[in-house]
Amino acid sequence: MTAKITLILLLAGLGYSWEEIKGIAIMQGFAGLNLFAIFLLMALGLSVIFGQMKVINMAHGEFMTMGAYTTVLLSWLCETHAPGLLTWYFPVAMVAAFFVAGAVGFLTEWAIIRHLYKRPLDTLLATWGLSMIFQEAFRQIAGARETSATMPEWLMGSFQPFEGVDIPINGVFLLSACLVLTGLVVANLYYTRTGLRVRATVLNRDMAGAVGINTTMTDRMTFALGCGIAGVAGCAFTTVGSISPSAGGLYIVDTFMVVVFGGAGSIVGTILAAFGIAQAQSVLEFFLSGVLAKVFVLGAVVVILMIRPQGLIASKIRK
Amino acid sequence: MNSFYRSFLGGRSGTVGLVVLSLLLLVVLPLSIDAFRLNMMGKYLSLAFVAIALVMCWGYGGIMSLGQGLFWGLGGYCMAAFLKLEAAANIAKEAGTDQIQALTTVGIPDFMDWNQITELPWFWYPFKSFPLTLALMIVIPTVIAYIVGVAMFKRRVGGVYFAIITQALCWAMEILFVTRQGWTGGINGITDLRTLLGWDIRTPDAQMTIYFLTCIGIIGCILFGRWLLNTKFGRLLLAVRDMEDRVRFSGYDVANIKTMVFCIAAAMSSIGGAFFVLNVGFMSPKLVTIEPSIYMVIFCAVGGRMSLIGAVYGTLIVSFGRTFFSEEFPALWYFLMGSVFILVTMVFPEGLAGAVNRFGPPLWNKIARLWRKKPPAAPAEEVKP
Repeated sequence: MTAKITLILLLAGLGYSWEEIKGIAIMQGFAGLNLFAIFLLMALGLSVIFGQMKVINMAHGEFMTMGAYTTVLLSWLCETHAPGLLTWYFPVAMVAAFFVAGAVGFLTEWAIIRHLYKRPLDTLLATWGLSMIFQEAFRQIAGARETSATMPEWLMGSFQPFEGVDIPINGVFLLSACLVLTGLVVANLYYTRTGLRVRATVLNRDMAGAVGINTTMTDRMTFALGCGIAGVAGCAFTTVGSISPSAGGLYIVDTFMVVVFGGAGSIVGTILAAFGIAQAQSVLEFFLSGVLAKVFVLGAVVVILMIRPQGLIASKIRK
Repeated sequence: MNSFYRSFLGGRSGTVGLVVLSLLLLVVLPLSIDAFRLNMMGKYLSLAFVAIALVMCWGYGGIMSLGQGLFWGLGGYCMAAFLKLEAAANIAKEAGTDQIQALTTVGIPDFMDWNQITELPWFWYPFKSFPLTLALMIVIPTVIAYIVGVAMFKRRVGGVYFAIITQALCWAMEILFVTRQGWTGGINGITDLRTLLGWDIRTPDAQMTIYFLTCIGIIGCILFGRWLLNTKFGRLLLAVRDMEDRVRFSGYDVANIKTMVFCIAAAMSSIGGAFFVLNVGFMSPKLVTIEPSIYMVIFCAVGGRMSLIGAVYGTLIVSFGRTFFSEEFPALWYFLMGSVFILVTMVFPEGLAGAVNRFGPPLWNKIARLWRKKPPAAPAEEVKP
């Protein structure tokens, strides 16, 4: 926030009028919010998988890509077979993306992850291999070139709340999708029986098993849930950009930084970290070039993690 | 003598393994493959330094570093900087002060000229001297590893968190090296390196010599690793990996032990990077980013994370496989490689070395028995450790 105020004062000093400053501040803030939405969407699923289960899923980006391709496929099907449905296919695509990525995640847990719970670092290698396989599969099936889904009309264009401010609708959609999804995840984890079982298993696996919770199945569903969230995230991304087979890999380090920075196992921490990193990066990008801003943010996160290794919000888990 | 035999060579099986590896690298490969492939082997072997370093750091110390490419790259860049300055000096010697003939500002690397830098930046000056370059090649990565190590391990950051943080550092370095074009050569890296102390490194003879130097370096690193892991320090390292708290409660400073092994691994990786530059003649930031760093861990995992020699085989096999399959069946390669990652971690967590240790001795006994029964039978196959 201080950074934002400094920025405003600086711009005032440079001779911008008050109206212009307001416009820049809102738009720059909105760019930060957009980045926040992207980070949070990616990190939510990972926060569930890494935070709750301590599994390092390097293929997380590919589950996201999977969701995005599901959306592209559906939009293509609608376009060629039923143009009339094009307006309202998108909500269906979101649900489909969730179930496709979730189902693949379910299988992945059964085939690979469950054998590696005792060796968390090894999950990293195995899932990296998995991500290579997925990427190549996308390349073989969908082609190496970037593709994008046809957007329904109500998602295009922008609106002007007042003079000099231009807010793209797809950005607003991304942000609201992100907030709704976060709400659903939190609600699922803290206000349902399933969530209760997940949390119990994380806190004390043996005890959870002893009171009759099927921990194997809980793990599998948790992993599938995390992957499904990634799929929805991928679906939401198609509103703001195109998708390519290796797109998921670009975000994976960022996403891990967000989850680790926020404190593994804490959804609130993840939200705070995504907000902090995204805003810091977008403000710095205004002053520096984009890549240098990235270096500064990475450096800052590393330093903060040195001071506070447990992340912003420490979870109270007995080790 | 006896203690030397035990601690450096690792007893009978260790000696056999080392001899087989040396024979393979120093005799079999140079005699059986052409100069081009041999140079490629030299390139792979320079990556094996990192794999050996990771065996010590990850296999024995339990510290997974996903940013080992950072240190490897620093060593490479140090060596490349020295060679580049020498190349620039040579151009200056030939062209005199004639800027048009030199095609560049005299005395500074060409990429600086292309980026409108007319004077050598201050941190490039030490690389004019060869001894200083060699010293910096070790010192810079060690100091960085020390800072990172102290900062992390004193705060008891470990495991997954450490892996992700090293990955981020590696990424940050790649971004810095790519964006500071005038200082580092940007995305192209440092190219067109020709001579080392007046010795043309591009001729086939020189390439052969460099290959043998690389092999000697590898064997030296294995011997050093054997010795280190056999000392009290090595035993502590293993103890830290398996039961960190007990070591701490016994009065040892766990952070120091971890930092130490991380520094050693960094220095060793850096030497590998320098050999890479000598073998290949260029250095690029694309070689030091996240993906190559993960590959380095894979080399180590495939070879066997507890086997110094296995790491070398792992590097050679995976790198060779990558080159071969990506030339012949580019699409198949990723599926194959991905499956190897998954299979190795799930079925053979001890890697190649583990498989050989499990299946090797029975096979060897069987062959030996056959040999004793009927002497003129087929000659015994060599069993790689």
